Amino acid sequence: MKQHFEAMKKAGASLALFAFISVVLVSTTNSLTKHKIEENQAKMLLKALNQIAPNNSYDNDLANSKIIIDPAENGFIRETPVYLATLKGKPVTAIFEVTTLKGYSGAITFLLGINVDDKSVDGLRVVSHHETPGLGDKMEIRKSDWVLGFDGKSLGNPDIEQWHVKKDGGDFDQFTGATITPRAIVNATRSTLLYAQENMDRIFMTHLNSVPNSNKQSKTKGTQ
Amino acid sequence: MSATSPTDTGIDLDDVSPPKGTVWNKSERRKITMDGLWHNNPGLVQLLGLCPLLAVTGNLINGLGLGIATIITLTVSNIIIAFTRNWVRKEIRIPYYVLVIASIVTMIDLSMNAITPELHSVLGIFIPLIVTNCLIIGRAEAFASKNTIKRAALDGFMMGLGFTLVLIALGAIREIIGSGTLFADASLMFGDIAKDWYIKPFEEYQGFLLAILPPGAFLVMGFLIAMKNVVDKKLKS
Repeated sequence: MKQHFEAMKKAGASLALFAFISVVLVSTTNSLTKHKIEENQAKMLLKALNQIAPNNSYDNDLANSKIIIDPAENGFIRETPVYLATLKGKPVTAIFEVTTLKGYSGAITFLLGINVDDKSVDGLRVVSHHETPGLGDKMEIRKSDWVLGFDGKSLGNPDIEQWHVKKDGGDFDQFTGATITPRAIVNATRSTLLYAQENMDRIFMTHLNSVPNSNKQSKTKGTQ
Repeated sequence: MSATSPTDTGIDLDDVSPPKGTVWNKSERRKITMDGLWHNNPGLVQLLGLCPLLAVTGNLINGLGLGIATIITLTVSNIIIAFTRNWVRKEIRIPYYVLVIASIVTMIDLSMNAITPELHSVLGIFIPLIVTNCLIIGRAEAFASKNTIKRAALDGFMMGLGFTLVLIALGAIREIIGSGTLFADASLMFGDIAKDWYIKPFEEYQGFLLAILPPGAFLVMGFLIAMKNVVDKKLKS
């Protein structure tokens, strides 16, 4: 009995030691890479934002001109950041970072740029998802140009009843082997456009008031 | 090199007995290499790691991506497990392997994310899948824990390479049958020079969706295993 106990103690102690070493290694790696990863992500965010709003179409610090919409306010699934592009203090594009859970597996997050003047889509880019490789991932711009089909569309063009995938009787193509993914994106885009129609002006007003300097900001784009 | 019969190449987790675990000569290296690539191929013979194998091989490039990630992880984990093999008590070896593999995968994931964000955005989805690959723990238990570092490293690399070749074959066959293309998305991994690699052998071919879906993976996999058995039989006679 005593021998067994000794063996257990030894085994437990050495496992604890190995666990400790692993934790140290992983957390060291984490702290060494954390800064760089955040930097990369910020770069990728700006790159993604610039695909929707080319960086000559605005003159503010876009990645940091962000307000968060509370999910309780409007039926978004989670807190939704909106990046606000302005040119000479005048609102140009609002880029919503929309998340939908109606995809095939897990959350799909995409950037949806909405033009301030006519509330049409300036661009749509998927930033993160867990859809099946080879099927659902055709919504990535680098795999197919499906997302470009949204450009210039608005709630009047096509009519709001047509804002569905073809399988549901709407105007938007699904892609081979996947209906659920495109449906999730089309539906989330429709509801975001509806939200924007109602609230766009208020969002920009809130933002411009909270950053009094943004009107006078110089047009240097050193941070970009 | 005489071929073993199909029955001998069944799942053989004790393929190397401890006394032989330190020999490092030409014929042993050859044996480890051939085991990984053919006789004890993880994909076709051991049938380990089927989950990621079947899940991602919808096209060739995905297969290659998972393959590269597996080679790296398997080689590193084999080296570490062989290095520590005399200090790890028998009773705790399985949780120890899990610990080592999970740590390695996490560290590779983080480092790649920091150093090569472009490659990470392509291979990133495959790296967490490796944790679910029982090939890694299988080689740790069956080989690395009983062999010298050199042997374990070679075994890890060759097993990984054997696995990669199966992934590539499976991915290529499924891509050709399923979408009628080859090397689609190659530019994601190799950059813009790879844009021209894209091949569409049959102009009018619409694609056969079943091949891309999971059932197609099982079917193609079954044919690949059958083909290997036929070749083995031919070699024997």
